[in-house]
Amino acid sequence: MTRYELTRSVLVRRLLTSRWPQLGVQLLLLSGLILVILAGLLGSPVGNRNFAIVMVWIAWWGALMLVAVPLFGRLWCSVCPLPLPGEWLQRGAVLGPRGRGLGLQRRWPRIFRSLWLQNGAFVFVALFSLPVLTQPRLTAVLLAGLVLLAIAVSLVYERRAFCRYLCPVGGFIGLYAQAAPVEVRVRDADLCASHKIKTCYTGSAAGYGCPWQVYPGSLATNTYCGTCMECLRTCPHDNVVVNLRPAGADLSVGRGRGLDEAFKVFLLLGSGLAYAAVLLGPWSAPRAAAAAVGSTSWLVYAAGFLLFVVVLVPGLLALAVRLGLHLSRARSSVTHALRALSPAFVPLGLAAWMAFSLSFVLANLSYVPPVLSDPLNLGWNTLGTAAMAWSPYGAGLFPWLPIAVLSAGLAWTSRRAREIAGELGGGVRLALPVWIVAFVLTIGLLWTLVG
Amino acid sequence: MSPSGPGRRYLALGLPVLLGTAVLALPAPRPTAPPRARTIRIEARSFEYLPAGVSVGRGDLVTLELVALDVVHGAHIDGYGVELTADPGQTARTTFVADRPGIYRIRCSVPCGPLHPFMSGTLRVDPSDTLLRAAVLALLAVAAGVFLAARPKAVTAPRPARTARS
Repeated sequence: MTRYELTRSVLVRRLLTSRWPQLGVQLLLLSGLILVILAGLLGSPVGNRNFAIVMVWIAWWGALMLVAVPLFGRLWCSVCPLPLPGEWLQRGAVLGPRGRGLGLQRRWPRIFRSLWLQNGAFVFVALFSLPVLTQPRLTAVLLAGLVLLAIAVSLVYERRAFCRYLCPVGGFIGLYAQAAPVEVRVRDADLCASHKIKTCYTGSAAGYGCPWQVYPGSLATNTYCGTCMECLRTCPHDNVVVNLRPAGADLSVGRGRGLDEAFKVFLLLGSGLAYAAVLLGPWSAPRAAAAAVGSTSWLVYAAGFLLFVVVLVPGLLALAVRLGLHLSRARSSVTHALRALSPAFVPLGLAAWMAFSLSFVLANLSYVPPVLSDPLNLGWNTLGTAAMAWSPYGAGLFPWLPIAVLSAGLAWTSRRAREIAGELGGGVRLALPVWIVAFVLTIGLLWTLVG
Repeated sequence: MSPSGPGRRYLALGLPVLLGTAVLALPAPRPTAPPRARTIRIEARSFEYLPAGVSVGRGDLVTLELVALDVVHGAHIDGYGVELTADPGQTARTTFVADRPGIYRIRCSVPCGPLHPFMSGTLRVDPSDTLLRAAVLALLAVAAGVFLAARPKAVTAPRPARTARS
C-alpha cells in the first residue's frame, strides 16, 4: 500500500519532536479540564447551561468522534490531560528526562496485560452514562476520579499503564484509530533489528522509552500507539516516521488479534447501537430507566444493556461466522475466524458512533457559545454570547447525513469481510452470513435514527 | 469478460454512487389521500412527547397543539423550522403546511431538565419512504463493498506476531 511520509518534511518533524507545541496544547487542555471539574461542581445544575456537560459531551465528544478519531487516530491521546499529573509525578519532570521521579515503577501484572479490564471499564461507565451525560456533578466526579486513578496507577506501575490497560476512552479511541489515515511506524524494520540498544523502548537523554509499552519496530496497528512522539525523539537514526496512509490499513487478517480485541470490536458496535436506541430512539421508558440509577427499572435496563452488548451482538456474530464456516467448509475454528473477521466490523462500529454523534451533537452545538461566555454561571458575558438561543445546526442534513455515514461504514465492512473471508479460505460463503448480520444491524440502527 | 484492476474499482465505486443518487433523486410517491386540515395534539412531560410519533399526509394543513403538563417545554421540527413553546398547563399552537414528505425529528427547544437533550419525537409526512430508501442505499453499500474487495490470497497462519506486549 502506498504511504506518504509526513515527517520527511523537516518542519513537520521539528514540530512533532519538539516538546513545546505538545506541552502548550496539554497545558491548555489541562486548564480546560480543571475548569470543567470546577464548573461541574459549582456551576448550574442544568446540563445545557453547564460548561462541563456542554464542553465535554457535546463539543469534545463531537470533535473526537467526528474529526479526531476518523482522521487522526489516537492524536487525542497525545494531548489528553487526564494522565498528565500522574505522568509528571512519575517522571519528576514536565518536559524532557531529568532526575528521578516518584513511584514504584512496577511492571503491570502479566495477568492483566490485555484489553479485558478496559472492556470492563467501558461497560461499567456505559451503565451509568445517562446520568453522567446529563448531570454536571457526576461528569466532574467521573473526570476527577479518572485523574486520581491515573495518578495512583502512575505511582505504582511504570509508564502509562492507566492509558494502556484501564482508560475506557483510550480503548475506544485505540480500536477506531485503526481506521485512521495516519500512523506512526518505523521506516526500516531491519535497521531497528540491528539497533541493539532499542532507545525507543528504553529511553535516552533525548526522550522517554515508549510510555505505551510498545516496541515501535514491531508496531503493526494503531491500537496501542498513543502517538506521543517519544520514539521519534529517541530514535538516533530518525527511523521512526509518521505516515499518511490508506484509511483502515490496519484492518486486515494478518495482524494477529486476541479475543480481547475481537470482543472490544463487538462490544463497541453493540454499545453504539444500544446508545442510539436508548438516547435517540422513540421510546422514553428505557431513557427514564437508564437515568434512574439504583431503581428496579435501572436494574432491568442494566441487565438488558449487558445482555445486548455482551451476549446478543457478539453471539449473533459468532453464529454468523459458524454458519459461514459450515457453508464454506473453510478449515478454521469459530474462535479463530471470529478473531480474524472482527476488524471488518471496525468501520461499521465507527460509522454507527459517528451517525449517533451527528444526530445529537449538531442539534445541541448551539449550547456551546453561551457556556463559553459564562463557564461558571456567574452572570458573565465575556464573548457576548451568553444569551444566544438554542438552534439546531444542520437540521436540513438529517436524516441523510447519518444514512450516508452508515452506508459508507457498511460498504467498508462488507469489503473487509469479503477480503478476510477470502484469506481464511472461506470466500463468499463465509462472508455471506456476516454481510447479512452487518446489514441487519445497520437497518436496526437506521430505524432508531430515522424512525 | 469481467472488468479487472482500476476498471473494476471505478465500476464498483461509480455504479453504486450512480444508483444511490438515483435512489435519493427518485420522486416521492403520490399521496393516496387528498390534502386536508388536521389538528395534532402532543402532550409534553418528563422528557417525552405523547404520542412520540405523529403522522400527517403531504399537503395537509397541520395545526400542531403542544400541551406542557409539568414544566415549560418546546417543540422544534427539523426540516420545517416550526417552533413553539408551551408554559406549564398551557397549550401552544402553530399551523403549517406539511409539504415535504419524510420523517422529521421533533426536539424540545426549551431546557426542561436533565434528559432534555434526548427529548424527541417524530413527525412523519406520508407517503414517507425514507427508511425504504435508506435500506436500498444500505444494500447498495454492501454490493459496493463486495465488488471493491481485493482478490483474496489464502492465508493459513493462525496467529502472526502481534504488537509487543511487554
